[in-house]
Amino acid sequence: MTVRDALNSALDEELKRDEKVFLMGEEVAQYDGAYKVSKGLLNKYGDKRVIDTPITEMGFAGLAVGAAMAGLKPIVEFMTFNFSMQAIDQVINSAAKTYYMSAGKVPVNIVFRGPNGAAAGVAAQHSQCFGAWYAHCPGLKVVSPYSSEDAKGLLKAAIRDPNPVICLENEILYGVPFEMSDEALSDDFVLPIGKAKIEREGDHISLITHSRYVGVCLDAAEELAGKGIECEVVNLRSLRPLDEETIIKSVQKTGHVVTVDGGWPQYGVGAEISALVAESSAFNYLDAPILRVTGADVPMPYAKSLEALALPQPFNVIKAVKRSLNVS
Amino acid sequence: MRDLSSLEGGGKLPKTTELKFLNPDENPRIPVYRVLARNGHLLQGASPPSLDKTELLEMYHQMVTLNIMDTALNVAERQGLIPFYLTNFGEEATQIGSASAVKFEDFVFGQYRETGVLLWRGFRLEDFANQCFNNDLDGTKGRQMPVHYGSKEHNFMTISSTLATQMPQAAGAAYAMKMSKSENCVVCYFGEGTTSEGDAHAAFNFAAVLKCPVIFFCRNNGFAISTPASEQYSGDGVASRGAGYGIPSIRVDGNDVLAVYNVTKVAREICVSESRPVLIEAMTYRVGDHSTLVDSSGYRHADDVSTWDTRFNPITRFKKYLLDNDIWDEEREETFKQSVIRDVEDALRGAQERKYCNPTEMFTDVYNVMPKNLEKQHKEFKEHLQKYQHEYDLEKFHPDI
Repeated sequence: MTVRDALNSALDEELKRDEKVFLMGEEVAQYDGAYKVSKGLLNKYGDKRVIDTPITEMGFAGLAVGAAMAGLKPIVEFMTFNFSMQAIDQVINSAAKTYYMSAGKVPVNIVFRGPNGAAAGVAAQHSQCFGAWYAHCPGLKVVSPYSSEDAKGLLKAAIRDPNPVICLENEILYGVPFEMSDEALSDDFVLPIGKAKIEREGDHISLITHSRYVGVCLDAAEELAGKGIECEVVNLRSLRPLDEETIIKSVQKTGHVVTVDGGWPQYGVGAEISALVAESSAFNYLDAPILRVTGADVPMPYAKSLEALALPQPFNVIKAVKRSLNVS
Repeated sequence: MRDLSSLEGGGKLPKTTELKFLNPDENPRIPVYRVLARNGHLLQGASPPSLDKTELLEMYHQMVTLNIMDTALNVAERQGLIPFYLTNFGEEATQIGSASAVKFEDFVFGQYRETGVLLWRGFRLEDFANQCFNNDLDGTKGRQMPVHYGSKEHNFMTISSTLATQMPQAAGAAYAMKMSKSENCVVCYFGEGTTSEGDAHAAFNFAAVLKCPVIFFCRNNGFAISTPASEQYSGDGVASRGAGYGIPSIRVDGNDVLAVYNVTKVAREICVSESRPVLIEAMTYRVGDHSTLVDSSGYRHADDVSTWDTRFNPITRFKKYLLDNDIWDEEREETFKQSVIRDVEDALRGAQERKYCNPTEMFTDVYNVMPKNLEKQHKEFKEHLQKYQHEYDLEKFHPDI
């Protein structure tokens, strides 16, 4: 099942399960979704549950926050999280903080979802990763699925979670098919938010990553296995809360860490994991400094060749692994 | 054969060969609806609301109470007892007039200058004072600045400082009400300055397109901190914009409590029966400073403020009407005012004497379930206080740390 279809199943099942749940965003209804994630849902649930909005992120995010405050469970689709910057006050100042400011009286049961990070050839204003921005804020939960199982389980968990949740999808992954277990195909399949998954076990080094870069790490791990280096690939699945336990346990096992994510290096996801590991009991197990592989510290260029060089590739991960293990 | 001309921007449009721009400068300004003249006399042709003496007096009493409470809390800030306050001076009629015309279950999204609406709903003087003093009974558990009230029991959404964000939220809440087939509406308050924000445009447009039952109530009080309305917009105020969105709109004298009551009542009927938004622009004047953080004397003439506070005062205007109609008298006025002053003083003193709010509440309500990192920090905090209790005045705080 492709990630797109997994997300579609998640939306379908949750819309069916709870009539308070509804989806809104630009192009989600008539057009079946800008990326077809909401295909068929308008036909099935009608225009009161699947709503096309005028072009105003701040408007529809605010509208959804108000609806959530009044007891509904909106799912807001941003055509890309780059456009969420138009709505960021509603997401952070209202959705994230209201439960706290209202002394626990006004929960905001809302999901903001959409493609995050780089796609292919969409340049600077459509390629930014917002993982670090949103995971910075208390009051929000942030999930970042990789596989179809991740996508379905995490989105369903996000919709059912009474807190505001950011679901960072990835456009490149939408079309990628993954195996789905029978359990994952059931309509009650949820994954816990805040738990990472070991995608591949290994004793030599921990690759801590999320989203599309799990795939990049798995490719790098395959190639390194041929050279006798066994990588443990940790798919974070959630950026907030981070699964500290799994991260620490992995580092204690391997003694080497490379973080891999697509955001910019400064103040990013890799920086947070580095600090977390350094402050934890895992520090004593480190045999090398923590290394980060991140997107290049530039606005995303358009040209295909430049774009490829601006994002983590398997060879970047391999280089970092070799540096950490001090092998050539 | 399909009528293709109906696809032009949303409907069939008349055609013309005359090239003429619509010049807004040539339009007459939207008139201000009134019931009472500034001297309190009923205007010829006016229809006062059909309210009995008890109801009229209740409105008057609430306006006076609001004014007295504001005075006391403003002074409390000046004395250093509370860190911040903002008053509603001059806008008592706007707030009480509109609050009294809607139902208790109609949900209110305010901006921050709608204390009178919450007062009308039944929030007690003690509740206001406790929040301003952030004591152990503060309904916001010490998380919010003074005047940032919220009360689920009174259907009053917790105040958010950021301007206009409440507007699309109000439309969304109204949409939710419509979906649940409720007989109620949402009342969304905002100032004229706030309508410059992008959220305001989005809210108006959305509410109209999605047919949300929300009363958009603009308090045009003449100023956005120091920016006068003349520098806030170029068109005919806020009421004129409603037509652009397809929203029925009206302009009312915000200092005429009976007029405000009338328009809000009718607005509510349109809103609920036709399930569509309505726009009210209440013309009033912010007699006080924007807040205790700024001083308005630098950008306004003292004479202007004084005129609005005396000759154009909304409380005095209504009082004259009540006196003329033998519903009220000066003797009862004195007794009433004294009793309110006593009650307000009691509330403030009571609030001040209480302990500070519970510091443990710093860690709760970030999420529905406290996350591990906060549990850990909370534990460290308690251990720290246990170890160094002699360094802190712990007896001033809620004992349940």
